[in-house]
Formats: sequence, structure tokens, C-alpha cells
Amino acid sequence: MSARPRNLAGVITFEQVSKRYPDGTLAVDGLSLEIPDGATTVLVGPSGCGKTTSLRMINRMIDPSHGRILIDGKDITSEPAPLLRRGIGYVIQNAGLFPNRTVLGNIATVPLLVGMSKRAARARASELLERVGLAPELGKRYPAQLSGGQQQRVGVARALAADPPILLMDEPFSAVDPVVRTELQDELLRLQHELGKTVVFVTHDIDEAVKLGDRLAIMAVGGRLAQFGTPAEVLEAPADDFVAAFVGRDRGYRALSFASADALPVHPEPTVKLGEPLRGNGWLLVVDDTDAPRGWVNADEHPAGQPVRQQDLRLGGTLLAPGGSVRTALDAALSSPSGRGVAVDAAGKVRGTLRPGDVFGAAERAATSGSTEAYYDEKQLTATEHAELTAAEQGADRLSKDGR
Amino acid sequence: MNVFSGVWDWLTDGAHWTGESGIPTRVLEHLEYTALTLLAAIIIAVPLGAWIGHIGRGAGIVGMLANSLRALPSFGVLILLTVWALDRAWGTGGLLAATVVTLLILAIPPILTNTYAGVRAVDPAVRDAARGMGMSPMTQLLRVELPNALPLIMAGIRSAYLQVVATAVIAPYISLGGLGTYVYYGLSQQDYPQMTAGAVLIALLAIAGDLLLAGIARLIVSPGLQIPRRRAWYRRRPNVSPAAATTAAVEPASTDLDSEPNDPDTAGDDRRAAAR
Repeated sequence: MSARPRNLAGVITFEQVSKRYPDGTLAVDGLSLEIPDGATTVLVGPSGCGKTTSLRMINRMIDPSHGRILIDGKDITSEPAPLLRRGIGYVIQNAGLFPNRTVLGNIATVPLLVGMSKRAARARASELLERVGLAPELGKRYPAQLSGGQQQRVGVARALAADPPILLMDEPFSAVDPVVRTELQDELLRLQHELGKTVVFVTHDIDEAVKLGDRLAIMAVGGRLAQFGTPAEVLEAPADDFVAAFVGRDRGYRALSFASADALPVHPEPTVKLGEPLRGNGWLLVVDDTDAPRGWVNADEHPAGQPVRQQDLRLGGTLLAPGGSVRTALDAALSSPSGRGVAVDAAGKVRGTLRPGDVFGAAERAATSGSTEAYYDEKQLTATEHAELTAAEQGADRLSKDGR
Repeated sequence: MNVFSGVWDWLTDGAHWTGESGIPTRVLEHLEYTALTLLAAIIIAVPLGAWIGHIGRGAGIVGMLANSLRALPSFGVLILLTVWALDRAWGTGGLLAATVVTLLILAIPPILTNTYAGVRAVDPAVRDAARGMGMSPMTQLLRVELPNALPLIMAGIRSAYLQVVATAVIAPYISLGGLGTYVYYGLSQQDYPQMTAGAVLIALLAIAGDLLLAGIARLIVSPGLQIPRRRAWYRRRPNVSPAAATTAAVEPASTDLDSEPNDPDTAGDDRRAAAR
């Protein structure tokens, strides 16, 4: 399968859809929404807002009480539910893999259901195993032999196996630990970049929603759609008090995720290799043999000339990789004991460090204008200002040292 | 001591191992009743239990009915059915049917309740995924629910086998054969070595059959469902020895005997344990 731009199929339209459960609960109330094709739309909201119900109505796991749902203009009730479902990828929390089948057997489920030959289905399954970043030898294992993160990758592969234009994901990453969750989110972004599916993703985590969504549908308790828009729109201009409260007091900080940090100046940073004797003073950045950052060491507290050991390190925090946001840059600066945030290249090697002054400036600009590029283009033009900026940085450096 | 040596003498007497009332013939007869009963019980109880488990309703009524059947005295049922069969003049076939039906009453409840429980015990997420992938209800039942319920179903069949093989001893009361004949005639002739030998043979048959069924279960249950016990054993290791876990995290191919060196899964567990 080659990478292709967009599927250009799978527009999902909710027309005045309501769902009232037999116990009287109104889960979804008059939802009208057009979910665009080839993009990720995140249904996000607190518990009981009807986001999962809305998702499950798309593949008829739940039938609406009122209204109708169309896919590419066709009413979803116009074909039998099992046939509809075979054309829609479905990923759930805890993956729901079939414990009695191997990983490949799980992934081949839908291809076999739609009548593909066993051999072709297995070939397709192997291909997808690789696509979601799993080693081929895992294919012969059973779900119980996989970690939670691996299971969820298999869940995604299984959903994609018949190449459906639509992928429904119901809180798929909420049961794994934060490190694995971040990995899975990055993997989904990569996959989505390659495949361009219509992804409908349900989560209660606004950070996850902002990270993954091209569009957010914020839902309020009682099944009401409170706001529908891009993450930037939602964070910058919440439609009402509910949305403002839901996206939270950190929303200014979150909005920094949309500002690129690529234009931030990276200053050279002297490094010490782990295991080598220490020279210099103040906070020094320690790297390993591949130049990847390992942590910081305070030369003032370390006997001069002694080799740096692992236990001497203050472990560094966030690293800024190419393509990172101002939010990451700010976090890199704030989580570094020296106050200098570490920037790395795509291979994880140290490029240098960010000065707090630059980062704070970028954050300020991002908050007021939404763009940092212009700021730095401008800055680089005037040597005086550059000198001023450097002075400010040094001041900030001193501050961060004194304040430790 | 006397009884034991008497039983031993009886069992080792070559005359008891040949002919129409010899041990091999009786064992085969006993197995015939047991196998017929188990087969009929599986044919009745597995689909019924699977269906109830799949739709998730009716379990209360069926469970209650099955369990109250269990309370019927087998001997009484056997006599009742025999009288009825004789009345209809069905001959030996009728007697066999009476025996099998009597034993069925014991065999159905464990298989039925275990099948139901096994199907119900399938993880709701797995069930949800099966439906969401576009499986028809029948495919869900045959491809997902039953295979995953198989360990419990097999346990039910083993339990039913033990009950049936022990209770088939009643067959000679209506002039059928089986190992019960030794018990029956031993008792009436006060030949206690013969009676005890019959009981011992039944016990041996019970154990042998149970082992055989356990072996069959190992073969037909998906390996994916036979893993958890092994994993539980592995999982405890990193907690027992955190140092070993750290070593494994740095070097998955460690020679640490507690973890399988080439098992990335175990290494992954260790890594996760170490990360915690």
C-alpha cells in the first residue's frame, strides 16, 4: 500500500440525532454535525455528555431514537448493520482483541469476513502489523502475551485491515500509562498523515483532543453540542461558559501548542560525556556516546576532574525536537535545572539550548499574535535588540541559578 | 489387610479378565453408557447454554430447572423409566435409553451451566469488538464466544463425566452391564472383594477418563487461552527480585534463569516493571 493523500470519502452527517435510553436518560440531544472526510474529529466532553453514544451510533452499535445519520449522503440504515460495520474501522478502550486468536488472526478478522482468501488476509495482516510499528514475530503471539500498548496497536491494525474510509476510536488510549499513551498518539498522528482516514475519536482528555484533532466537537452533559471548531478556535474563543470551563484555566498554555518553536534561536551548549572528567562551572549538559542528552550536572557541587557518573545527574525534562511547539519549548526551559531548555535534532542529538528569555518572548508573542516567525525575523534584523536580548537571557540564567 | 489382599487376588485372577462378564467387557459397557450420555448431554447442553449465554437471558430459569433435576434420585428415575420402557416393550434398547436418560439428568447441569457461564464470561470488550467488526450474531457465537468459553465448557464436561461414570454403576439394577455388575453382585452375594474391586475399577476409569479429557482440552483450547497461568508466574518475578528486573531491562538477553532470555514479552514486562 502506498501513501496517499486523502480518501475523499466518509463524510458523516448527523441530522437532528437524539438518543433517549429506556431508563429515560437523554444521552444525545438533537445533534446536528457534519464530520469532514480525511480529517480527525475529536468528540470530547465530560462523562455523561453522550460522546461515546454519538460515536457508537455511527456504526449502529446503538440506534438513535430520533434523527438520522448519513455517510456520504447515504442513510446508514439502508444496509444491514453487520455489512455497514465491516466498512468502518472500530477501535475501543482495552483493544478488545480476541484472546483465542493470534495477533495475525485478530488483524485478519474483517478481511476474512468480507471474503478475502486466508492467504491474502494473512498477507494483509502482516503488512498492517508492520504499519502500526510492531515486529513481524509478534504476529504469532496471542493477545495475552502482549503489553497494553502493543495490544492497542494491534487493535488499530485490526480496524484498518479492510482499509475502511472511516475509523471510529472510542477512548482507545485511556487505559495505558502516560508514556505509552504519548507513543500511541504520535503513532496515530503518523498513520493518519499517511492514510488520511475520516477518524472520529472520543476522549475526555482535552489535551489528547487538542493534540490529535483537526476539529473538536465539545459536548456538554445532556448530550448537547457546545462547540464545533478547530482546536485553536476552541481554545482562543470558547463559545460559552461551559466550553471555557471545560478547556480549563491552562488553555492559554495549551494554545502555545499551535505556535511553532522552529524559529527560536538555539544557542551552542558545551557538553560533557558521561564518564568523562568534569571541567567548567555552573550547570553542564551531560550527553552519552551518541550525543543524546542524559541530564545536567552542577559543576560547582562536583569535585573537579572527577568523572561524571549516572547518579550525579539531575535528569533533564522535556526536550524540544524539530517541529516542536512553543509549549514544548517553554516546558523544556522550565523543566531544566539550568533554566536552559535542551533542543535536539530528529535523531535525538543535542543541537544546543534555548534561552528562557527567547522562550518567554515567543510565548508572549504567540499569546498576542499567534505567530512567532515574524517576531524572530524582525529580531534578527536588529543587532542592538539582539544584544539586549542576550543580556536579558544572561539575567534570566543568573536568576535561574540563584533561584535553585 | 484382608480386604485389600482379597481385592488384589480378585483383580489378578485371570478368569476375571475374559469372557462376557470379564473386566474388559464390563469396562467397555461402562464406557458405552458414559460416552452415550456425555455425547447426548453435549449435544443438548452446549447449544442451549451458548444460546442463553449469548442472549444473556433465561439463565435463572434454566439454571434453576437444571439444578432441581439434579436433586432427583437417579435410582428412582431409572426404575420409573424402566417400567415405562418395559411397558412399551422397547426391549434392551429401551433399557439402555432409560439408563442414558437417567444419567443425562446428572450430566446436563454441569455442562449447561459451564457453557452459559463461559460464554457470559467473555470480556464485554471482546464481545463489543466482535459485533463492531461486523460479525453476525451466529459468527460472534461460533468464532468468538464459544472458542473463548471452551476452557469452562471442557471443565463442565469433565465434571459431568465424573458424575456419570460413578453413577453408571446403577445399570445392572435393570439387568444391563458395566462395572456396576461387580458391585451389584458382590453386594448381593456378600462377595466383598468383588464389590470392592468393582469400585476400584470405577475409580480408575474415572481418573483415566478425566486425564484423557484434560488432555483433549489442552489440544482443542486455543493456546491463547492457556497463557494467563504462565504469565502470572512470570509477573511475580520482577517483584521478587527488582535487581534481576533491572538487569533484564538493560539487557533483555540476560542469562537470568528466572526469565526466558529470548522472550521479548517477558523483557517488556520487566521494562514496564522497572519503569514503574
